[in-house]
Amino acid sequence: MEKLASFGRRGLDILASLGRSGRFLAGVVGGVPKPSVGFPLLLRQLYSIGVLSLAIIVVSGLFIGMVLGLQGYTILSDYGSEAAIGQMIALTLVRELGPVVTALLFAGRAGSALTAEIGLMKTTEQLSSMEMMGVDPLRRVIAPRLWAGFIAVPVLAAVFSVVGIWGGMMVGVEWLGVFEGSFWGNMQSSVSFTSDVLNGVIKSIVFGFVCTWIAVYQGYDCVPTSAGISSATTKTVVYSSLAVLGLDFVLTAVMFGDF
Amino acid sequence: MDTSPYIELRDVVFTRGDRRIFDGVSLDIPRGKITAIMGPSGTGKTTLLRLIGGQLRPDSGTISVAGENVPRLKRKDLYRLREKMGMLFQSGALFTDLSVFENVAFPLRVHTALPEDMIRDIVLMKLEAVGLRGARELMPAELSGGMTRRVALARSIALDPELIMYDEPFTGQDPIAMGVLIKLIRDLNSSMGLTSVMVSHDVQESLSICHYACIVADGQVIGDGTPEELREHPSQRVQQFLHGHPDGPVPFHYPAADAGQDWGIAGRGD
Repeated sequence: MEKLASFGRRGLDILASLGRSGRFLAGVVGGVPKPSVGFPLLLRQLYSIGVLSLAIIVVSGLFIGMVLGLQGYTILSDYGSEAAIGQMIALTLVRELGPVVTALLFAGRAGSALTAEIGLMKTTEQLSSMEMMGVDPLRRVIAPRLWAGFIAVPVLAAVFSVVGIWGGMMVGVEWLGVFEGSFWGNMQSSVSFTSDVLNGVIKSIVFGFVCTWIAVYQGYDCVPTSAGISSATTKTVVYSSLAVLGLDFVLTAVMFGDF
Repeated sequence: MDTSPYIELRDVVFTRGDRRIFDGVSLDIPRGKITAIMGPSGTGKTTLLRLIGGQLRPDSGTISVAGENVPRLKRKDLYRLREKMGMLFQSGALFTDLSVFENVAFPLRVHTALPEDMIRDIVLMKLEAVGLRGARELMPAELSGGMTRRVALARSIALDPELIMYDEPFTGQDPIAMGVLIKLIRDLNSSMGLTSVMVSHDVQESLSICHYACIVADGQVIGDGTPEELREHPSQRVQQFLHGHPDGPVPFHYPAADAGQDWGIAGRGD
């Protein structure tokens, strides 16, 4: 009985938390500050969330593209079809690895930072004092960060894919000697804008939305102690990663599944 | 002059989790005076300020500030009312990413459309009032605890509020910083005609500057009046709190099982 009760309590806690996060999201998205106030705030967040994440995205994209080039070459050359390497790298990156790995890296690099920053602002009563000054922290603090995340992740994912393709080309064409014309030619003829590129962009928009939402909500809802912030940061990374991987399966099934 | 109380609490009940923090608290806070709310730690003094500021809602009862019933206000009206309130948090709660100047300018920039040079003049005036005009370029991390609180004070009076609430203003301050804060609280009250509410457990400092004080314990107001009246208060609990006696109506021992049982020396023959 005891176990059943605690199981039920946890279920209720989870539902309550989901409800709170939904109301929280409505409060944030519903209240857009005046452009003259909001735009500078958004720019600052775009810089700290987006621009500062560029380094890790570019480096990871480069290495993943290079690895794809190497692996693809060894597998495809067994069948004598190493010319298809461009197509393979591009499709892998644009459809899957670009959005997914970007979102995972984003959750670790920027999401955790968002949670810790907002959590610490809560712990040091900065959010409360803002409220007491008649300023809604949801609009002033949370909204710019949320929008910056929405905007930054798709752009970062695009950068990731582009750098990855370039890295794959360096390995495939420059190093392993695949003919450059067939590398690009195969890619152009097989990657379609609507079904591949656009679907990838949709994925990254969804992931950006989910990751940033989780990050700001965990910060805002954290227990205002050092232990609370640490557990909120952990939750951000874990929940974001799981949500991205799970959603990726669902989205892939809907977009590319043939049923 | 209007002599009605600035803040009126009537039968306020507030529970957090299973714990009843306030069990029917009624309280008047007079206009233009300094009121101290004192009580042992953990009796919800800060909660009381948050209830007045509308950050928390009571389970029942009314809280009226400047004639408006705070728990019933719509969000927009609540935010408008808060422009008349200043609150000094225990930690100061300065925005760590802004300089001292920008911290004080923050409420002005948000709530007014004043030109930049006028904002500058007001900010410098407020900083001058707390004696920190020279510290305007510093970042919050470079300030001492006392200075942090003074900057926060300058920020909370930036919009010339009618009410200012101090949350434990003296906690953790050295004697000089404490003296500075006492002087500032008193001066601000008399020069700006503010209604001041101070939550504190520093009895002597609080009684030395307040016009009116009340003591909250176990969810109730156990005594109130002017400092002189409180010193003569017949209640033993009030006297224990004011003089800091270790034992009394509030017992030294946390409720425990029979001592003999714990040490296993009694009850053999029973």
